[in-house]
Amino acid sequence: MDKSVRMGIRVEGVVQGVGFRPFVYALATRLRLNGHVGNDVAGVFIEVEGPAETVDEFVLALHRQAPALACVDRVRTEPREPVGTGGFAIVPSDPAGRVATLVCADSATCADCLRELDDPADRRYGYAFINCTNCGPRFTITRGVPYDRPLTTMAGFALCPACAAEYHDPADRRFHAQPVCCPTCGPRLALLDPAGRPWPTPPAATPADGPADGPLAGAAEVLRAGGIVAVKGLGGYHLAVSATDERAAARLRARKHREDKPFAVMVADLDRARRLCEVDAVAERLLTDRAAPIVLLDRHRTGSPGPDGPPIAPSVAPGDRSLGVLLPYTPLHHLLLRRVAGPIVLTSGNVSNEPIAHEDHDAIARLGAIADAVLTHDRPIHVRTDDSVVRVFRGHPMPVRRSRGYAPEPVRLAWDTPRPVLACGAGLKNTFCLAKGRHAFLSAHIGDLENHPTLRSFVDGIEHFTRLFDVRPAVVAHDLHPEYLSTRYALEYEAPHRVPVQHHHAHLASCLADNGHPGPVIGVAFDGTGYGTDATIWGGELLVADLAGFTRAGHLVPVPLPGGAAAIRAPWRMAVAHLDAAFDGAPPTGLELLRRHDPAWRQVAALGRAGLNSPPTSSAGRLFDAVAALIGVRDTVSYEGQAAIELERRADRAESGGYRAAVEPGDPLLIHGADLIRAAVADLTAGVPPAMIAARFHNGMVDAVVRACALIRSGSGLSTVALSGGVFQNLLLLERTVARLTSAGFEVLTHRRVPANDGGISLGQAAIAAAQDRA
Amino acid sequence: MAHGAGGKATQTLIDAVFLPRLGNPVLDRMEDAAELVAGGTRLAFTTDSFVVSPLFFPGGDIGDLAINGTVNDLAVRGATPMFLSAGFILEEGFAVEDLERVVASMARAAAAAGVQVVTGDTKVVQRGGADGCYINTAGIGTMIPGVRLAAASARPGDAVLVSGPIGEHGITVMLARGELDIDADVTSDTAPLSGMVSALLHAVPGVRALRDATRGGVATVLNEIARAADVSVVVDEAAVPVSPQVRGTAELLGIDPLYVACEGRMVAVVEPDGVQPALEVLRAHPGGEQAAIIGRVAADPPGLVLLNTVFGGTRIVDLLVGDPLPRIC
Ligand SMILES: [Fe+3]
Ligand SMILES: [Mg+2]
Ligand SMILES: [Zn+2]
Ligand SMILES: [Zn+2]
Repeated sequence: MDKSVRMGIRVEGVVQGVGFRPFVYALATRLRLNGHVGNDVAGVFIEVEGPAETVDEFVLALHRQAPALACVDRVRTEPREPVGTGGFAIVPSDPAGRVATLVCADSATCADCLRELDDPADRRYGYAFINCTNCGPRFTITRGVPYDRPLTTMAGFALCPACAAEYHDPADRRFHAQPVCCPTCGPRLALLDPAGRPWPTPPAATPADGPADGPLAGAAEVLRAGGIVAVKGLGGYHLAVSATDERAAARLRARKHREDKPFAVMVADLDRARRLCEVDAVAERLLTDRAAPIVLLDRHRTGSPGPDGPPIAPSVAPGDRSLGVLLPYTPLHHLLLRRVAGPIVLTSGNVSNEPIAHEDHDAIARLGAIADAVLTHDRPIHVRTDDSVVRVFRGHPMPVRRSRGYAPEPVRLAWDTPRPVLACGAGLKNTFCLAKGRHAFLSAHIGDLENHPTLRSFVDGIEHFTRLFDVRPAVVAHDLHPEYLSTRYALEYEAPHRVPVQHHHAHLASCLADNGHPGPVIGVAFDGTGYGTDATIWGGELLVADLAGFTRAGHLVPVPLPGGAAAIRAPWRMAVAHLDAAFDGAPPTGLELLRRHDPAWRQVAALGRAGLNSPPTSSAGRLFDAVAALIGVRDTVSYEGQAAIELERRADRAESGGYRAAVEPGDPLLIHGADLIRAAVADLTAGVPPAMIAARFHNGMVDAVVRACALIRSGSGLSTVALSGGVFQNLLLLERTVARLTSAGFEVLTHRRVPANDGGISLGQAAIAAAQDRA
Repeated sequence: MAHGAGGKATQTLIDAVFLPRLGNPVLDRMEDAAELVAGGTRLAFTTDSFVVSPLFFPGGDIGDLAINGTVNDLAVRGATPMFLSAGFILEEGFAVEDLERVVASMARAAAAAGVQVVTGDTKVVQRGGADGCYINTAGIGTMIPGVRLAAASARPGDAVLVSGPIGEHGITVMLARGELDIDADVTSDTAPLSGMVSALLHAVPGVRALRDATRGGVATVLNEIARAADVSVVVDEAAVPVSPQVRGTAELLGIDPLYVACEGRMVAVVEPDGVQPALEVLRAHPGGEQAAIIGRVAADPPGLVLLNTVFGGTRIVDLLVGDPLPRIC
C-alpha cells in the first residue's frame, strides 16, 4: 500500500456561498481521503490525507470540477505531517484574520430550483424565494463577511426544522446556502396599494397554485388590465407593465417622466425571446447566463412576436431597431411571467434620473405616485443594484452597464496593484473601483452623482466595499474635472496619495486593463465631454497612451460649446456652433435647421463666438449631435446620447460612400470636422436623403480615424489601436472602424468586460494609479 | 480670473493668503461686515471694491452699485448704514462726463439709502492700467439694538426666503456687454436693502440671518449658510421667483439663475414662528412685492444645498469653483 501523505490546501477566489465545501466534502469522500474543510476570511481551507496520487487527483479536481458559481483564483498547497485519523468533516468557519475572500454576485435561479418550483410534491412548490447554493441572492443581501446568514438580510428569518436539516447536511444542495428558506420560515410576498396598504381585494388563493398565489395573482391581474405594478426584485424595485399594451406603456412613460429612452422587456423563456429578436449563440449564452443581464438584440424585421401573441407596443422602445430583452432571474419573476402570460416591461423603479428605489418605505413614497399596485416582500435589499446591460459585438459580449450579476466580483487584472487603490470614477454613469493585488472590484452602476440619493449610494457603497474586501485605500484616483462630485469626494478622502487622471486617458486605460494589454497603443477616445489638461472640454481624442501616461497625439478641431450643458441638452445648438465654424460665421441661410431656430440660432452663434459660458470642445459626441440636428433627426434630447443613437439608427447600412475630413499632420494632428459638416450641408442642399447623409457621415468619421491612426503609426511605430469612450457604443461606427483598422494592418482592442462609456472610467483610473505606483 | 467669481476659488484665496496673515477674531468670522465695539457703541464696518463692465447698464451704473453694495453689506449684518468712504481709481482718459454721471448716481443712491459719503480718494493710473473706473467704498453703521444675525444660527425647521425675483442684475450686465444679439427687457435690481431690513428686523424677532445675494448668486449664499450652520438647505425649484425674461435669457446662456448675481436682493433665514409675518413685511415693502419662501433648513445632509426640481428629483446645488463647465458626458 502507498504511503499516506497529508496536504494543507488554501483555495482563494469566489468560493463562499457557492457550495464549495459540500463539493469538497463529496470529492474527498468519493476519493476516500481523510481530513477536513472550512471557511475563513481568506477563503476555504482544506486538509486531506491519503495516498499521494489520490491527493494530487483531489487538488486537480478542485480546479476542474468546481461548482457553477465558484471562481477559483488560486490553490496553494503545503505538505503536512500525516496524523492518521479517519473520516472527512466540514469544520466551523473561522471569522478571524484579514478578509480576502470574494463575495459572489447574485445569480439567476438554477435548473434544479426551477424543477422544484414546478413540482406540486415539493415543499417549495410555487414559492417565490426558492434558492440553493447554486443560485439566488448574494451581493444584494450581504451586509458583511465572512458570508454567513447573520451577516445577510436573511438574519431575521429563523430556519424551520426542515430547512435547518438541509442547511446542515453536507450532502444536500442547500448545505450552508445562506438564503435558504421555505414557505414556512422564509420571506413572504405582499400586494399593496399605492399608499402602502394591503391590496383591498386579494384574489382567492387556489391551493393547486401554491401558497404565494394571492399577491402574485393580484399583481398579474393588475398587469393584464393595463396597470403599473412596482415589483421588488433582487437589487431594487422595478416598474412593470404589459409590454403589448400601448396605453399602459405610454402611461408608464408619462408617470416616470421618461420620454423616449427604450424600456427593457422580460420574456418567460429563450423561445419567446427568439420570437421577438435575432438570438445568436452568444446572445443565447448571455440571456441564459447566471448574471441574466438585459441583452440588446436586433428585432425581427417583421416586428411580429410570432403566431401566438400581439406585438410589442410601440411606446416600449420607440423607433428602435433593437430591443433590450431579459429572462426571469428570480423565482418571483418566473411565477409572475407565467401568470401574466405575455412579455412585460421591466424598468427601474424611479422617476427619471433618480436611483432605483430599494428600501420599502422609500419605494412606497417614491413609486406610489407612479404605480397602481406594489408587489413586495419582507426580505430586505442591502445594496441597490440595477440590471446589467450587454450587447454582442463580433461574437463577444460588450457591456453597456456592468451591474447586477457581475458586481462585486472582480475584474481580474494582468498586473499587480502594489498599494490598494480607490478610484472614484466620473460624474454621470458613475462607478467606483477598489483595486488590490490583481483584483479590481468595480461597483455596480451608481449613476448621476448630482442627484443627492445617488451621491449617498456612492458614499455608502465605498464604505461597504472597503469593509467587505478589507481594503484601506492608500492611493485615491479621481478625474481632473474639479466639479465632479466624485472629484470633491476624492479630495476630501483621507489617504496618503492622490492621483488625478485625465478622463480620456482613463477611458483608454480601462480598455487596456479590460484586454490585459500594457500599451503603449494608439488610443482613440471618443465621447461626449471630459475635462482636458488645458481646462477645455475634450472628447474627440487620439492619445498615444500606456497605463502610466499619455500624449495628446491628435484631436478634432474644437468648436465652442454654446451655453455649456445647455448645448448638450440641445443638439441644435451644436449644429449652430459647427455651422458657424464651418462657414466662417455665415452658414447658408436656406437650411431648415436655421429656419426652425430663427432668431435664436443667431444668438447661440454669438454666444459661442463671445466665448460666454461656451468652453471650446473637441467632442466627437457633440459632432454626432450636430449632424443629427442638422439633418432633422432631433433638436433636443431627453437622455444622454439620444441624438447620436438616433443618427446611427437612421443611417442607411447599404451606403458605402463617405465624406472626407482633412487630417492635418502636426503635434497634435487635427481632424477637421468642419469638412464633414460642409459635405453634409452640400448633400442636404442637393436633396440627398437624411439616411444617406447619416451613413456618409459615419463612414467619413471612420475614414478620418483610420487615416489619423495611420499617421500616428508612421511617427510612433505603434500598430495597436484601442477604442474607447461612449461614442464607440455606436455599433455602426465601431464595426466599420474595427474592420478598416484591421484591414490596414492594425491590431484593435475593444471592450469586453467593462463598458466603453463612463461606467468604465473608474477601472481606468485604478489601472493608471497602480501603474504609476509600480513605476 | 476665477478667483474673483465669488465661489470656491475666492474662498481658497482667502483661506490660503489672507486669513493666515491678517487673521484675528473679528476677521475670522467672515461675515459681510465686521461687528466692532467703539466707545460702548456696537458698530458694523465693511468695505467692497466695484469693478463692472460695462460701467453703465439698464437700471444702474457702477456709481449706485458702489453705494448700494456697501449699504447692503451693513444692512444684512443688522446695522443702520451711516457713513461711507469712496475711493476712485480712474484710467487716464476716462471721460469727465462719465465720471460726473457716476458721481451723480452715487449721490442719488446715498440719499435714497440715507447715508453720507464723508471721505474719499482719487488715483489716476495710466491707460490700460484700469478699465475706465474702479470704485472702492467702505461704510460704517450702528447695529440695531438687540439684533444678532449670523449664518451659523440657522436651525432645522427654519424657512428660507428671498426678497424678490433673482438674477436680474447679472443678466442685465451680461446683455449690456453687447456681445450677444439679445434684446431682453431686463434691468438691474440694484437697490439699497437698508429700509427693508430695518422694517423686517423691527417687526419680526425671529430673523436668524440675512445675506445679500451678490457674486455667485443665491446658490452661493445658501451654500455659505449650509456650511456655517452645518445644516442642509432644501430649495423648492418651483418656488424661486425668477422673471420670465431672466429665465429665458439664462436658458439661452445656459446658466442657472440661482448662480446669477443680484445687487438688491437678500436671502433671509427665519424661524418658523416668524415666517408669515416676515413674508408680509417684505411684501409690503417697495421692491419686496415678489418676496417668497423658497425652501427650508433641514438637519441632513449637513453642509449641502439640495434642490427639489420641478420633476421631483433632488439635485445638489454646489458651490462653483469658477466658470461653470459642463459635467454631463
Ligand atoms: Fe467619457
Ligand atoms: Mg460685499
Ligand atoms: Zn438553485
Ligand atoms: Zn423553512
